[in-house]
Amino acid sequence: MNRETAGPDRPLVLVVDDYLEAREICAEYLGFHGYRVVTAEDGLQALDKAFEVLPDVILMDLSLPELDGWAATRRLKADPRTSGIPIVALTGHAMSGERERALAAGCDDVITKPVVPKELLAEVERQLARRGEAVGDEG
Amino acid sequence: MTPVAIAQRRTPDPGGGAEQRRLELVDALLAAGDGEACAVTALDWLARHCGVERGLCAVVDRAAGALVGVAGHGLPASLAAAFRIDLAARDHPLAVVLAGHEPVHFRRERGKSGPQIVTPLGDHPFLAVPIHSGGGDRPIEHGLLLLAGAAEPAREREACWAAAVLGIRLAALELPLGLAEERRHERELTLLRRGLETVTDPILITDAEGRILVANRRAEQLLTAEDRMSEGRRRAVAMNNMLFSAAAFTGGPGDEPTRRELLLVDPIEGEDLLFELLSTRFEVGRGETGTVSILRDVTDLRRASQEIEDNYRRLRIAEARTRAERDRLDLILDAALDPILVTDREGNLARLNPPAERLFAVPDAADADADAAERRVRANDVVLTSFLSELAAAQSDRLRGELTLTDPVSGESIPMEARAANVVSRQGEVTAVVTIFHDLSEAVEKERLYEQVKRHSEELERRVREATAELAEQNEVLRRQTLELEQASALKSQFLANVSHELRTPLNAIIGYAALLLEGISGELAEPQREKLNRLESNAQSLLAIINDLLDIARIEAGKMALDVLSFDAVELIDEVMAEVEPLIDRSRLDVTREITDEIPELASDRQKVKQILINLLSNALKFTPRGAVWVRAGFDPATDLLRVAVVDTGTGIRPENRISIFEAFGQSGGSVLRRQGGTGLGLSISRRLARMLGGDIHLESEVGVGSTFTLELPRMSMES
Repeated sequence: MNRETAGPDRPLVLVVDDYLEAREICAEYLGFHGYRVVTAEDGLQALDKAFEVLPDVILMDLSLPELDGWAATRRLKADPRTSGIPIVALTGHAMSGERERALAAGCDDVITKPVVPKELLAEVERQLARRGEAVGDEG
Repeated sequence: MTPVAIAQRRTPDPGGGAEQRRLELVDALLAAGDGEACAVTALDWLARHCGVERGLCAVVDRAAGALVGVAGHGLPASLAAAFRIDLAARDHPLAVVLAGHEPVHFRRERGKSGPQIVTPLGDHPFLAVPIHSGGGDRPIEHGLLLLAGAAEPAREREACWAAAVLGIRLAALELPLGLAEERRHERELTLLRRGLETVTDPILITDAEGRILVANRRAEQLLTAEDRMSEGRRRAVAMNNMLFSAAAFTGGPGDEPTRRELLLVDPIEGEDLLFELLSTRFEVGRGETGTVSILRDVTDLRRASQEIEDNYRRLRIAEARTRAERDRLDLILDAALDPILVTDREGNLARLNPPAERLFAVPDAADADADAAERRVRANDVVLTSFLSELAAAQSDRLRGELTLTDPVSGESIPMEARAANVVSRQGEVTAVVTIFHDLSEAVEKERLYEQVKRHSEELERRVREATAELAEQNEVLRRQTLELEQASALKSQFLANVSHELRTPLNAIIGYAALLLEGISGELAEPQREKLNRLESNAQSLLAIINDLLDIARIEAGKMALDVLSFDAVELIDEVMAEVEPLIDRSRLDVTREITDEIPELASDRQKVKQILINLLSNALKFTPRGAVWVRAGFDPATDLLRVAVVDTGTGIRPENRISIFEAFGQSGGSVLRRQGGTGLGLSISRRLARMLGGDIHLESEVGVGSTFTLELPRMSMES
C-alpha cells in the first residue's frame, strides 16, 4: 500500500490514447502513485488539453484518430508554451523505424506496449527529474 | 651453151659501115632456114645495098642437071620460077659463068648476032655472079646471081662477096646432096621449124656438150643471150642456162625420157616460170648424140593446182570444223535432259536427242507393249505436227505452248511446255525447226506440294494465332490473377497489420490490468489469486509474441520490411542483447559466456534486425538447454569480410531430419516443445529471413544429446542514405 494522495502540487501527467482501457490503466496506476492525471482520446483533444493544463509530462500514443501522435508531438514541440514539456511516445510494436520516427518527431523517449506499469512510472519519474534539473538550472 | 650460140652468130667483123652491112647479111642468111629463103635474103640485101633493081637467084638442080630460078627481086615470082637452063649445054654463056670464078657482065648489043640469052631480067644489062663454096681447086658450084643495076665496081665487089657468103650458107644447108631431095628436106625442115615456132612451149636440141643446136623462139628467149640485151636480161638468161643444164638429161640414147620440174625466169617479164622439162637423148650420127628438151609451161597449171589444193585444204578444214561443231552440238543435245528435236521444214525428224527419242521414236522392244508404244509415239507425232503447223502459220519464228504427250513405255501423260523456233538461213529461208520440250509434271507436282505446304502453313499459322490469342488471354488472366494476388497479398498484409493491432490493443489492456492487479492497486491478492493472475499475464505475453511474429512474417512476405542500414559497433550490440535477455539468463541458471575472438570492425547493417536475430538465437539457446552452458562467440573473417556470431549450447540437439524444417514457419521440432518452452515457432524462420535480407544467412550444426550451434553470418552492407 504505497498509494500517495494526489494534491495540487503533485506533477500533472497528460495521457493520450484512443483506447479507454489503456487510458484507465495509466491513469489508475499513476494516480495510485500520487500523480494528477488528465486524459485525451485523440490528437486534437491532446493539443487542447496540453495548452489548457500545461502538463509536466505527456504520454502519447502514436496511432490516434483525427490527428496522429507524430503530428501532435510536432505541434506541441513547435509551440513555445509546450515545447519544454517531455513527451514519451507509446508504440504498439517496436519494429525498426518506429522508434526513430518518434524521436525525429520530437518525442523525448519511446516505450513499447504493452506497458509494464513499473517501467512507466520509472520513465515518468526520469522525465520529471530531467525537467526538474532543467527548471532548477533556470531557477 | 650460150657461148656456143653466140659463137655461132659471130662472123669476122669487117669494120665500118660496109662491114656492118655485111654482118647484117650474114645474120640474115643464118636466120634463113633454107636455100630459097637464103636466096630471097641475099637478093633483098643486094637490092638495098648494091643498087640491084632486078635480080634472080638460080641454083643447080643436080638431079635434073639444070640451073633453075628459085627467087627473084623486082620481077614476078612466076618468071623467076620459070627460069631454067640445061647445064648439058656447056657453052651456054651462063653455064660458062657458073663454071668460072669471075662475075661476067652481059649487055644486049644491037645488031650483033649470037646466041640470045633470055632472062627474066628483060633487056637490061646485068651482072652474072657465080655462087660457089669451098674455094680452092674443087669448089662446089651452087648457082648464079643475075643482078641488074649494080653497075659500079664497088657494088660489084659487094655482090661478089654476097654470092660467096650465100655459097657458104647454101653449102651449110647441104644443098649439094641433090637439089630435089634438098628442097624436100628443106621444106620438111621449114615445116618443122615453123611447126616448132608455132609451139609456144620452148623446144630445143642440144649436142653432147650442151650447146644449142636448134631452138625455137621461146627457147631462145629463155636461153640465148644477144649483145643488145640489157644486163638484167643477160643475167636472167645466164641463170636459166645454169638451171637448165643442171636439170638436163643425163641418161643415154634410148633411155626413158625424163620428166622434171624446172623453174626459170622470164628474161623479159621477170616472172618466175615453172616448166615441166621432158628430155630425151637420141643418136645424131657419127657416134654423136643430141638431146631433145621440151619445156612445158606449167606455171599457170601449177598455180591453178595450187589453188585447187588450197581450196581443197580450206574445204577440209571447214569440213572438220563443221564436223567438230556438229559433234559438240550433238554432245550438248545428248547431254540435255529436256527432249530436243530438230525437224526440217516439212516436219520430218532430222535429229533427236535421247530424251526426245524416248517420246518420238518407236522403241525396239518386241514385247506385247510394242504396239501400244508405237501407237503412243504416233499420237505424240500428231501432237508435235499440229504444234509445228501452228508455228508455220504464225507470223513469228517462235512459238511456245503447253502440250500433253504420252510416255510410250509407261503410257503416262506428261504435261509439257514446248518451245519451237525456226532456224533461219542468211537468205531468210527456214532451214530447220528446233523444238525443245520441258517436262512440267515436276513443276505441276511442285505446285501441288507448294499448295499443300501453303495450306499446312496457313493452318499452322492459324493455330499459332489461336494459341497466341489463347496465351495472351491466359496471360491477361494470369496478369489479372497476379494483380489480384498482389492486391490480396497487400490486403492480407494490411489485414494482418490491422488484425494484429486490433488484437494487441485489448491484449495490452489485459496485460495492463493484470499488472495493476499484481501491483496490488486494487487491493491485496490472496496467493492462489496471484498465482492464477501470473498465469494469465504469462499467456497474454505469449499471445502477444505470436501476434508480433505473425506481423513480422507478413511484412517480410509482403516485402514491406524496410531496411535501415547504419554503421554500429557489433560488440556493443551483443552486450545490449545479453542485457536484454538477462531475465531469461537468470531464470535458466546456465553458464552463459561471451567470447570475442577477433578484432571486430564497425558493421554496416540494420542494427534493429541484427538485434532481433541475436535475441531470438540466444533466447532459443536458453530455452532449449536444460543444463550446461551457452556461448556467444563473435569473430570477423577478413578474407570473406563476414561477421560471424555463433550461439553454442549444450542442449538437446536437433535431429538431422529436422534441421531444415526448424527454419520454416511453425517448424520447431515437435509441438510439445513449443508449448513447454513458450516459443512461437516463428523465431528461426523470421531470423533466417532477416539474415538473408541483410545479405547473410544462419547456419546450423547440431548433434542430438550434445548440443547445437547456430551461426549468424553477416556481410558489411553498403551504407544507404
